[in-house]
Amino acid sequence: MDQEIKREIIMENYLHPYNKATINDEEYIKVNSNNESCIDNIDLQILIKSGRISDIKFNGEACAISTASTSIMIKELMGKTIKEALDFINNFEAMVNEEEYDDTNLNEALVFDDIFKQKNRKTCATLPYRGIKKALMEYEKK
Amino acid sequence: MNREDFPMLKQNLIYLDNGATSFKPKEVIAKINEYYMTYSANAHRGDYDISYKVDQEYENTRDLVKEFINAKSKEEIIFTSGTTEGLNLIATGFFERNIEPGDEIIITKSEHASNVLPWFRIAKNQKAIIKYVELNEDHQVTLENLQKIITPKTKIIALAQITNVIGDVRPIKEICSLAHQNNIFVVVDGAQSIPHMKVDVQDLDCDFLCFSAHKMCGPTGIGVLYGKKELLEAIEPINLGGGMNESFDNEQEVFLKALPSRLEAGTPNIAGVIGLGAAISYLNKIGMEKIEQYEKELREYLISKLEKISYIDIINLHSKAGIVAFNVDNIFSQDVAYYLNRYNICVRAGNHCAKILKNETGVKNTCRISLYFYNTKEEIDKLVELLSDKEKIIAEMF
Repeated sequence: MDQEIKREIIMENYLHPYNKATINDEEYIKVNSNNESCIDNIDLQILIKSGRISDIKFNGEACAISTASTSIMIKELMGKTIKEALDFINNFEAMVNEEEYDDTNLNEALVFDDIFKQKNRKTCATLPYRGIKKALMEYEKK
Repeated sequence: MNREDFPMLKQNLIYLDNGATSFKPKEVIAKINEYYMTYSANAHRGDYDISYKVDQEYENTRDLVKEFINAKSKEEIIFTSGTTEGLNLIATGFFERNIEPGDEIIITKSEHASNVLPWFRIAKNQKAIIKYVELNEDHQVTLENLQKIITPKTKIIALAQITNVIGDVRPIKEICSLAHQNNIFVVVDGAQSIPHMKVDVQDLDCDFLCFSAHKMCGPTGIGVLYGKKELLEAIEPINLGGGMNESFDNEQEVFLKALPSRLEAGTPNIAGVIGLGAAISYLNKIGMEKIEQYEKELREYLISKLEKISYIDIINLHSKAGIVAFNVDNIFSQDVAYYLNRYNICVRAGNHCAKILKNETGVKNTCRISLYFYNTKEEIDKLVELLSDKEKIIAEMF
């Protein structure tokens, strides 16, 4: 992806993040994700209906990369089954960790395909993924 | 000034995170190296020459610390791993047994975690009460506000001499005088003050004071607990072991050594202590008054420049120490720090371990610049130039 386009996508998701809101609804699963070494801190709320993710909202304080990554992640995971979502998450994490990955279905999340070049920002990009992965795996166990 | 003494400054770096830790001059590094290379023995075993030298150097640092803060005697100087350990030792070793349910501990919302959490624990365990001094519009402590919340139940006032985000210099001498009139103990967190100004514990008349070597050109993992002798004698050692006991027998009768050894169980951080001694000698050579004066000028210069940038909000405009906390409008502090890092400028973003300060300032996270005597006006010019172009910050923040 062209660097300028990447920039625009990140900026757009940072300035106008998708579903940045808090909802007062007990049906949503709540999970917090924060980075130990920095100050990013986001809360995710996930609604699962009939085995599919029907809504995700997030709120909190985070840097441009974390915020944009969360916004993009939410857009991509909406409507997916738990398994599809976990596959997407694992694929994204593989990309960020410079492992083998499938670039055909990551869509906008591909903007972070070279984030490994900035080691101290890898954790920013993966922050929301770590939180939602934990929540989905716990949900599956139940 | 004295930039040539610091190997780290040979790199193309502008280091403005001295509140976190400072760089080390060659002399300090050489002194630590010398210990490991030429007399690397244990302390308190003067049977052979190199161990005798260890004892001499180790105790020489204690003398240097005593002089540096003007303690009455060297028994009042206890080596710790740093400010955090010192404050915990005071809280747990001394106050845990000397505090009654309902007693009050006064702190502020701008204290560092190390001067908050040990008191929270005591309050919880002993059913004591934490009270916060109301800060003025510059987030500073005033004697009037302190006086207002003192009651006959107040037992401890625990304050940083200089706070690590606001950088206000507290009137510790006057606070101690007020406290002692009311039979209150004063504990001083000196982590941010000792490296930057002349401190005289007898003049302040504080009861306890802690600081860390690594923020004052010394090594990490070593610090000092100062306490008035009669108070230190009443501290229950948390660590028991070698070097601190006089004798013990199989009937479990134990006699402890006198101060300072009784509070320094186990093989100490010998290289750390020796390095701290070298750091004090180094700072003495420059002169603490000179350091304080230079940093004051540097801060004023920095503030005068930053103030002109309309979209920069300075949280602690009227503080005196070389600490400036700020935000760029609508840009997350960490993104500003990342941007500056592109130009090899090191500043810190976050809450800086002062997690209840947000209730006071209304601002959760900031960028913090903390100066030391080796910083220069040229470095500040470079920083200000980079902060003077908001479009550039946005374009290069990731």
